[in-house]
Amino acid sequence: MNIIFILIIASLFIAIVFFLLFIRSVKTGQYDDVYTPSIRMLFDDELVEKDPTEKKITN
Amino acid sequence: MEKEQFYYDNKIVKMFFIATIVWGIVGMLVGLMVAFLFNFPNYMEGISWLSFGRLRPLHTNAVIFAFVGNGFFVGMYYSMQRLLKTRMFSDALSKVHFWGWQLIIVAAAITLPLGLTSSKEYAELEWPIDIAITLIWVVMGINMIGTILKRRQRHIYVAIWFYIATFVTIAVLHIFNNLEIPVSAFKSYSVYAGVQDALVQWWYGHNAVAFFLTTPMLGLMYYFVPKAANRPIYSYRLSIIHFWTLIFLYIWAGPHHLLYTALPEWAQNLGTVFSVMLIFPSWGGMINGLLTLRGAWDKVREDPVLKFFVVAITGYGMSTFEGPMLSFKNLNAIGHYTDWIVAHVHIGTLAWNGFIVAGMLYWLATKLWKTKLYSNKLANIHFWIGTLGILFYAIPLYVAGFTQAAMWKQFNPDGTLVYGNFLETVTQILPMYAMRAFGGTLYLIGFLIMAYNIVKTAKAGSTVEDELAEAVPLKKISATRIAGEGWHAWLERRTVLFTVLTTVAILIGGAVEIIPLLVVDSNIPTISSVKPYTPLELEGRDIYIREGCNNCHSQMIRPFRSEVERYGEYSKAGEFVYDHPFLWGSRRTGPDVHRIGGKYNDNWHFNHMLDPRLTSPGSIMPQYPWLIKNDLDISHTTNKLSAMVTLGVPYSQFELDKAVYLLKNQAAEIEKNLRQDPEFVKNYGDANMQDKEIVALIAYLQRLGTDIKGEQTAQN
Repeated sequence: MNIIFILIIASLFIAIVFFLLFIRSVKTGQYDDVYTPSIRMLFDDELVEKDPTEKKITN
Repeated sequence: MEKEQFYYDNKIVKMFFIATIVWGIVGMLVGLMVAFLFNFPNYMEGISWLSFGRLRPLHTNAVIFAFVGNGFFVGMYYSMQRLLKTRMFSDALSKVHFWGWQLIIVAAAITLPLGLTSSKEYAELEWPIDIAITLIWVVMGINMIGTILKRRQRHIYVAIWFYIATFVTIAVLHIFNNLEIPVSAFKSYSVYAGVQDALVQWWYGHNAVAFFLTTPMLGLMYYFVPKAANRPIYSYRLSIIHFWTLIFLYIWAGPHHLLYTALPEWAQNLGTVFSVMLIFPSWGGMINGLLTLRGAWDKVREDPVLKFFVVAITGYGMSTFEGPMLSFKNLNAIGHYTDWIVAHVHIGTLAWNGFIVAGMLYWLATKLWKTKLYSNKLANIHFWIGTLGILFYAIPLYVAGFTQAAMWKQFNPDGTLVYGNFLETVTQILPMYAMRAFGGTLYLIGFLIMAYNIVKTAKAGSTVEDELAEAVPLKKISATRIAGEGWHAWLERRTVLFTVLTTVAILIGGAVEIIPLLVVDSNIPTISSVKPYTPLELEGRDIYIREGCNNCHSQMIRPFRSEVERYGEYSKAGEFVYDHPFLWGSRRTGPDVHRIGGKYNDNWHFNHMLDPRLTSPGSIMPQYPWLIKNDLDISHTTNKLSAMVTLGVPYSQFELDKAVYLLKNQAAEIEKNLRQDPEFVKNYGDANMQDKEIVALIAYLQRLGTDIKGEQTAQN
């Protein structure tokens, strides 16, 4: 059943990647505010005005 | 800081939108063709590429990767740009992703009906397409991560976390499960054998459900449900907990697909424990989705989009309740190999995936084409007809599954099986199959109504391909924040991309080198009488794979009295050490065939393949007349044997040198057996049957499970 070790390593690899992402996201303040994001996503920022030449356009 | 203006790319969203509808129709239509084959096994008589074993993988691949896949990309490309306040990282990558993915689907639609398959469920595509999938997936990942890095909104909304998990995990799963040695342009052998292959396959298979059919759809739920209801998600905190617990638990649940098989007990138990724990995050997510609609239930009455979402989320809750329950060994003993599982997955796919995608498409149609939906009434009809379709699909199959399992296990007082003939347990559930096909038809009709409704909506609306938006760029607070594009930030970005690519490269390279080494020297208890397949049997096995026999026949007898009584000695791990790939199957539409060898004579098999109803009246197995007409292709036989040697199968030098000679000898022997039947001589006397494919298949079937006859006590 050697394959099980490979699978465990692969699974742990995924788990560690996600764990590091988790730590990093907490440290960088992703979850400091667990209220505003849920409201913010409801607002659309699409503009009606058709002439954007006045302002800087970027990607 | 000054506001920047930029354009959202709606064109790519639209492209995926159309692809979702087109492939949805195709995938469901193939599903319907397959469903009707249960009641009318003859209606596609003699067309090899329309037989059940070849169409079923086409159906599963089409609905999973083409329909749900494209549906996920629709939502991802739409929501990521808006949540992150930026256009996608690269328009070129978006296009490569779109066209690459569609080409892969077309390749699948061509190769699977031709019988070019690796036989592993939901990973049937052969190696060149596997490589293409890897490349396109990485393209998508770079585009995704690039977009996250150039975002104007610091916080990454929970939906995007689900998208990231999908990308990372599917990449790893796909690579590990598809490690194979090519023998020709469209034929390869899995590097793993038997039990090991089964374990890798279901580690993949379960996580394909988790990370291709669940996490991306949850991402869509967390974006589109609040948007459509115009309310924030019930609890953002709960969504974060949902995400992290779900991804940490899912990856370990795979072995619950292999309970009571030759997999070691501890691995089975590990799978069960994690599967049971999974109910907590899953139900947390369901509750979070449904409670978002608190105080808005009046809207559900009016708005078809919300109706679809409510049924979708309920379906998610039902299938994630059923999943952990089916992972308990005592329930699994009943449900496994029956239609219960088919019903279970279709609650997940028709209700959860199908309806969340449908709701999203309706909502997006009005946004993308800047108009009102052509007809709310038609959308409501779609909703009701689709919901009825789900019920008509699932309920009869639950009854069918339970009925069949009960019949399989029914004993007479004298210890014999009440339904000793497997066929009785099949004909009993034929009415349920008819109802299932009816349910599927309803569901497809609903989907077609949606297609019509959306075409009409699009025609009435206007096309805005680039949508103007504005947002304040991010202030740089650390080196990792990309906004002003200093050289340092630029390097950081390169680093991340570089890391992604390196990780993928390392995984591929490392896996290819390490795994065969470890796999070859396996510590599975070997059984001395188990020998590699002869060249003819190996060719026959490849025909078995090509025809997709494993879609209906298992090769894994569980250690139950009812199964040992019916099929013979239960299957041992050591019997599969030369099986690249494993062919245990997951569903018994027909009986298990692991001990079929020697049970019938060669003529029985010949007639049975020609027309199953000749030998078994009432059978619903397709006919295989082409096996008797087609010459066996022996141009790769020697290559196949050498590939097996590379994988550690102990063929001798003599067998390698004389492969074709040995093959022809055995084939001649089988023809001699066949000629003992005067009927055969009368009808096929001049056909030179020894050169035909059927002879190889007979050789393989007659070999199955015979290695350990007479020494069953030596093992265990």
